[in-house]
Parts: sequence; structure tokens; C-alpha cells
Amino acid sequence: MTVSFEQAIADFAPVLGLEVHVELGTNSKMFCGCATEFGAEPNTQICPVCLGLPGSLPVLNETAVESTIRIGLALNCSIAPWCRFARKNYFYPDMPKDYQVSQYDEPLCTDGYLDVTVDGPDGPHIVRVEIERVHMEEDTGKLTHTGGATGRIHGADYSLVDYNRAGIPLIEIVTKPIPGTGALAPEVARAYVAELRDVLRSLEVSDVRMEEGSLRCDVNVSLHRADEPWGTRSETKNVNSLRSVERAVRSEIERQAAVLREGGRIVQETRHFHEDTGRSTPGRSKEQAEDYRYFPEPDLVPIAPDEQWIEQLRASLPELPSVKRDRLREAWGISAFELQSVVNAGAVQLVEETVLGGVDPSAARKWWTGTLLRTANERGVELADLGITPAHIAQIEQYIAAGTLNDKLARTVFDALIDGAESIDAVIADQGLGIVSDDSSLLAAIDAALAEQPDVAEKIRAGKVQAAGAIVGAVMKATKGQADAARVRTLLLERLGVA
Amino acid sequence: MTSTPMAADLVRQDARTLAQAIADKEVSAREVTQAYLDRIAAVDGEVHAYLYVDSDGALAAADSVDTRIAAGEQLGPLAGVPLALKDILTMRGVPTTCGSRILEGWRPPYDATVVERLRAADIIILGKTNMDEFAMGSSTEHSAYGPTRNPWDLERIPGGSGGGSAAALAAFEAALAIGTDTGGSIRQPAAVTGTVGVKPTYGAVSRFGLVALASSLDQAGPCARSVLDAAYLHAAIAGHDSRDSTSIHAPVPDVVAAATRADVRGLRIGLVKQLSGAGYQEGVAKRFGQAVDVLANLGAEIVEVSCPNFEYALAAYYLILPSEASSNLARFDGMRYGLRAGDDGERSVDQVMSMTREAGFGDEVKRRIMLGTYALSSGYYDAYYGQAQKVRRLITDDFAAAFDNVDVLISPTTPTTAFRIGEKIDDPLAMYLNDVATIPVNLAGNCAISIPIGLSPSDGLPVGLQVMAPAMADDRLYLVGGALEAALNDAWGHPLISEVPEL
Repeated sequence: MTVSFEQAIADFAPVLGLEVHVELGTNSKMFCGCATEFGAEPNTQICPVCLGLPGSLPVLNETAVESTIRIGLALNCSIAPWCRFARKNYFYPDMPKDYQVSQYDEPLCTDGYLDVTVDGPDGPHIVRVEIERVHMEEDTGKLTHTGGATGRIHGADYSLVDYNRAGIPLIEIVTKPIPGTGALAPEVARAYVAELRDVLRSLEVSDVRMEEGSLRCDVNVSLHRADEPWGTRSETKNVNSLRSVERAVRSEIERQAAVLREGGRIVQETRHFHEDTGRSTPGRSKEQAEDYRYFPEPDLVPIAPDEQWIEQLRASLPELPSVKRDRLREAWGISAFELQSVVNAGAVQLVEETVLGGVDPSAARKWWTGTLLRTANERGVELADLGITPAHIAQIEQYIAAGTLNDKLARTVFDALIDGAESIDAVIADQGLGIVSDDSSLLAAIDAALAEQPDVAEKIRAGKVQAAGAIVGAVMKATKGQADAARVRTLLLERLGVA
Repeated sequence: MTSTPMAADLVRQDARTLAQAIADKEVSAREVTQAYLDRIAAVDGEVHAYLYVDSDGALAAADSVDTRIAAGEQLGPLAGVPLALKDILTMRGVPTTCGSRILEGWRPPYDATVVERLRAADIIILGKTNMDEFAMGSSTEHSAYGPTRNPWDLERIPGGSGGGSAAALAAFEAALAIGTDTGGSIRQPAAVTGTVGVKPTYGAVSRFGLVALASSLDQAGPCARSVLDAAYLHAAIAGHDSRDSTSIHAPVPDVVAAATRADVRGLRIGLVKQLSGAGYQEGVAKRFGQAVDVLANLGAEIVEVSCPNFEYALAAYYLILPSEASSNLARFDGMRYGLRAGDDGERSVDQVMSMTREAGFGDEVKRRIMLGTYALSSGYYDAYYGQAQKVRRLITDDFAAAFDNVDVLISPTTPTTAFRIGEKIDDPLAMYLNDVATIPVNLAGNCAISIPIGLSPSDGLPVGLQVMAPAMADDRLYLVGGALEAALNDAWGHPLISEVPEL
């Protein structure tokens, strides 16, 4: 049985929980001096420490601590005056020591919140997402399973391990359960991750690229009937884009509702989200909780950040996205609703940079949240990954102002750029684009059009100026759109002596 | 070169005597090194102190010393002196087994900080010494490569886990040695072989490259045939290391000056009430009593001190150590280095890991991994690991209270002299009791030395006395140890070690 989202929400209330892992953009790893560059040849950024060789010891990267404290402060958290790392013990070949150095019952940052805005039925709606903790841990290596059907470990012929990622500083940001979002649950989840990403980007602590795994999200969902206690939750992993966050929540709500309506029981389990189908499949069952035998990491001394240092970090926080948005809304002279459409498009920074490049705010918004957003959606990519830059927009706008291009031609240029064209000028040259500004050739086209439609010419001469549109249209068509319609109209009216 | 009478004399010299002779070009570092290599070749078949002898590396290092001395360079105070390294410290390119099958064939790609510092001091590393597997034991009987024998009586154990290092010294197969001490693994072997062993303050010597048994307890330290030699070696290896987070960022106390001064006049020395009485052999108690008299005669003030929580030290230790060890030893899974068992292309990763650990670890290691896994389990953590940490705190407090009143504490190092090989192998609890006097220091993180105080009148085997000092007061160990050693040597007319039987 399938249950529609609307039906699911009518019957059940969802409770969300989001766990976000962020790879910090430090130059070196969490506990050693190895480089952290993405995409290097496998096992070239390793040393005895991140390989966990016998006898090796971790030394904490101070920048990682600083970044974590800054994240905690930006998320309105309390910073622990004293805390320790713990060892999380379990055997897995991607983990060189067969334990992960993490934080357990003593996280560095606790009890914060992040406000996110979603489109409610009555306009923008603010939801306060409470943050339970922000803690540090080391990333694991990366397994590649070769052979077998699924690319999963079971059924593989052999598996390769790349330890370049092992020991990269990872921050885990865990929300408290988020009840009461109802039908907005998928949007809230997406908006939270998007807002968090923007906060992290503004802090310059990570490149927050979901597709490269530097920002990873686990989505927890449970359903319950209005008058009943909260239900059992599932945890969906492998959610690798903002769009997938939204889809994963939506599909999990539908799935659980279907199970519950049939009188079934939700199993506490880890599920894997599949980008192609928008659905998840069951993974590891957590019914029998694994015992990680946490205990304080004896190889590291406690972290005791100095109060003065924390205050310095607080004072030097950059402008956070919410504050920035208020400032931009005022500067651009737009409504909260209009701003929200820019936020929803993920275009705040792009519009801002475009405006800084000299483009009128409304034109900048028009391009990013109109033509370009549509194209991005059609192609299933994020706006920022289209290959169009604020500088491109600025140049196009200059050409439009100079009468070299019009909106239609500009769209052609953008399409070519998205398809990999080298530059705007190259597109114009290659495709012979550009407005015909030579009056004599325009006049020739006007004369030809008048000759074809003598009745229309008569009407205009008789003073029915609104009929000019038909001739202008014919001229535009004859010039393949490469004429300035206003100029054509002026020349036409002059020609007919009605100007 | 063959084992000439001169070579036989060479190997019996103190490290400082050898270093001086090498610096004065009376003998070359190569001659000294060769003499030791010859001695190893002659006697190690019986003693089995070494797991690996790096003849080529040792001779090359010796030649480098000779070349630089010939060029007029001033080298360090132990330059050219041969040393035996416990096989738990990594040494680039040289097999490091920790006495375990699971690391058979592993050659580390890096030097431990201790090894770097030995090299920087131009000390010649002869090879790697035998030990109980992963330092779990008090007899070296738990080595996967067979036991080491005590040069005083080849039917007896040389102590453990660092029995190889201690036996190498007592059998004149090295002039110096490095041990590691988690619950007594330097001091207990020193006591039962009539040698000197020091567990420095926790954090004084870098643990980088020391394969971890219990990270919060492990400490490498010097082993020697005299207190002064130990002090020189201590000075060579101690000091802050940025690669070990638990390394202390403070100057190393001047242990060489203390060992040279060797004076206990005016010092207050506490006898720990809890480390005496039942369980301590009569011969051990007798020699200990005589040593206390010697210290009193030298001008120390002797007082009795009570450390009531020491009673619980052994119990706490056998929760904390296995807990940490169960985690530290997880990495030996056959995936990246060492032994891999059962990989037939069909079995899963989990099965191969399990079969590797089954085949690669000995019984004592498995026992402690199981104990530790249990103690850390959810639902048991508070009752076991948590409680043990509280006891640890109380023991630290006992030391602090004692050191408010006295400068150092003393006790017999071990309750008994060396027992027979096989005698306690099937009785883990009896084996664990060997460390009852040495464990409190590891739990509290302060420092201690064991020095020989004579042969037990009941069995003619060496007895050791332990001096315990506050953290970062390692110099006091040498002050007391040096004074006692000098007085005893005067009384005997020679060092005790010269009484070791000919092999």
C-alpha cells in the first residue's frame, strides 16, 4: 500500500532529527600533520599516526578546536570549559585503529539553536531548530568495494581502502528532536541544512560541499498520532544534496505512514537513500544496539579552552547569514517574501556578489531566481554549480545596457556558457549574436515588412500606432531577434511619418 | 674479532667507563660493540634475552662514532655505548614484535622518539629484547618466542615484562637497556636480576613509538648496572616531545647531578606500611630491613607511612589496564600489517579479523582483552572502569599525603625473588601479585627506581629495593639510589652484579 504525503500528514505528526557531519577545511588532519586535500591519489596523504601504526600517538590540531568553538558560538551554544575525547570502539577496516577518536558524553559545544525560515501558508515562517551538541571526531578511511552487484561490501570480490580521509577533522552537529513541523517537515529539514551550510560557509571553516562529502546529513524521522507518544525513528544516510534532504524526509514520512496504517511496526534501523529513485532501502538494524565501549581517550589531554580565548572568538565571528539577509533585504529594497524566494533558490550569495559587481539588485535577482534557477532545476544541479558567475551577469547587463544584447540573446549566451563555452564574447562571436544596430539594414527590413503587409501600413499611417507591433514583430523575426525592438519601432514610425 | 680476554672485560664495564674509554680513544666504539655482539653470540643461546640482533646497524653506528671522535668531535656522555632495546619500541626497518606472533615480520617505517634520542646521543642499539607479549606479564614466559632465562639461575624467570632487557644487562650482553613500565615491567625485572631500573614520572619520556599496552600507565625508562649509568641514560631519553600530548612540558630534573651527589643526609624516607608483611618472603624482608638500616646510618630519617588505598591498587590496575589494552590492541586485525590468518578469498573481513586475532594473540593477551572488553561494556562501565578510576584518584591522594610528610617512600620492589620458570604460569593471580608493590606508582603517575640490595639469604637470588618520589622529582630517586648503592658496594667490596655466575 502507498500513502500520499498529504494523507500521511493528515494521520500522523512527524518528529525530525538531523545529524550533520562537516569536514573541517583545516590544512592538516585532526591528529597529525598530513594534508587534507580532496581527490589526491589514494594513500598518499598518510603517516604512522593517521594509519594508526603501533606506537603512534595523536596530537590535537588546535585550528580544529578553534573552528569547532566558532561553529558552537555561531549556533548559540555553550562552550564546555573542560572536556575530553573518548574512544568509540568497533572493528571496521576503514578505521585504522579499530576505534574512532570522538567525543561522547563531554561534547565541546552544547545547547544551541538555529532559526530557519520556510514558506508557510501565510508567508515566511520561522522555525527554531534546537541544537543538542556540536562535537569533534576523526573521519574514517574510504572503502571501495570491487565486484559483486551492488558496490556494497557484501558480495564484493575485494575491497580497497584509501586512508587519505582517515583523521580528517569532522564536526558532528546534532539537533534535538524537532516536533510540530507537520507538512512543513521536508522544507524545515532542507532549510535547516541549507542555513547551517550558509553559517559554516560564512565562518570559512569548511567548503561544505555535499557532493564531495564534506557536508553529510543523516535524517532521523519518526511518526506518531497526535495523542500518542513519539514513535520509533529510522535514520536515513547517504543523503547527499539539499534536494535529497527534502525528498528523504518526504519519502520516509510516506513509507512509515504506510507501514503504520497497515498496523505494522517501525523498526529502528539505518536506511540508505538512493538519489535516483528518491527512496531508501533498509541497512543495518539497530534493534540490538552496538556497544561501543566508550571511555576517555588516554592519549589526549583534556581540552580546556580559556574563557578569554572564547570571547575573542565570539567577538571575531563574521556577519552571520540571518543578519546579512536582513541587511541585504533593506539594501535591495525588497519584501521578506521576495527575499525568501532568493533564499529558497540558494542565491543570496550569488545575488549579493552580482550586485557588488555593479548590477542593479532587481536585475541580479531576476537572472538568478528566474532563468538560471529554471535551468538549474531542469538540469538537476545547484545554482552555484551551473558555471555562471556573478561576473558573467555583470558583463551581460553591460551589453544589454549598451544595446549589444537583449534578454532573449542573453539567455542564448547563458545556455552556451552552461554547456561549456569559454566566454560571453566567444559565444557572441561564434554564433554571430548581437543586436543589429545598423539603421540602414533595419530600414531595409522594415520596408520589406511594410511591403508584405500593406494593410497594416495603412492602419499605422491612419494613426493606429498600436498596429506597429505586427511590423516590429516581423522585423524581429527577419533579424532572428538580433534587433533592438524599440529602435525598430522608432525607425518604423519615422518612416511612416507618424513619429 | 673473537672473544678475547680484553673483550670479556669490556662487556663487564659500566657504561660511563666505556664511554670515557671510547672518548679517550683507549678503545674504539667498534671494538666495544663487537665485544658485545660476540658476548651475545656466546651466551644468548642460553639466556634468550634478544629477539633480534642488529649487528650491521650497530657496527655502522659504532663506526660513525669512531670517525667523529677521530675527527676531534666532542660527543655525548654515552657515545659509543651499546644498548639493548625492548621490542616494544619502534625502530625504523627493524622487526618489532612486542613478543607477539601477531606482529611477526612487521618492520616499522619510523623511529620511536626514545630511539631518535638514543641515536642523537650516539648510543649503539644492539638489538631488540624479549618480553611478555605486549608487556603483559611478570616473567617473559608469555613471550610468543619463548622465555628469557635469569642469568643468576637459568631455571628461573628474569622478571617481566622487560625480562629480556634486564637479563641482557645481567648477562653482560649490553651495557645499557631500555625498558617500559606499566605496572612494574622495568623495576621487577631489575629487582630479580640484580640490576637498576627506573620508571620515570609519567610524561617524562615520550611514548611516541612505544606500542601501547595501557596508555595512561605506560612509561619507558632506563635500565643499567649502576645508578649513575641509569641517570645518564635517563637524561638522554627524557624531555618534552610535541608528538606525545601527554608529554610534560618542563625541564628534566638533573638526575645525573643527583646520582653523583648521592647523599641522603637530612632526607625524610617513608616506609610504606602496606607494602610489607604477609606475602613478602623472609629473605626479601631481611635484606630490605638491612638496607633501611644503611639509609638510617647514612643520615636519613626513617618514618613509617600509611597509604591505606594501596590495598586496592592491584584490583584497580587489573580493571584499568585491560580496559585500555582491549582498545589499544584492537588495531591488530590483520588488515594492514603483521599476521593475517584465514584469508582464503572466501571468508569475510570479520572472519579474517577474528581468525587473525585467534591465531596471533597468546592466552594472557586474550584474557586481558576479554577482561577489558567486559569492564568497558555498557552497564558495567561505572561499576568497573569508573570505580577503578576513583581508586586511582585515592591512591594518588595517598601519595600526595605521604609526600607532604616525607621526601621519598621505600619498599621492597617485589615480594619475592625470581621464581622458577613454569611455577606460576597457570596461576594468573599469583603472577599478578608480583607487581603489588610497583603498581601504585603507575596508577599515580609518579616515579620510582629499583636498586639491588643483596642476595636473599634463603635462595641466594637478588633482592631489590624500590624508592618512590613525587612526579617530576625523579632526581630524588637517584639521590637515594646512588647513596644506597655506594654504601652497599663499599660494604661488599664490589657491585652485586659481579657476583652473577659465569655463563
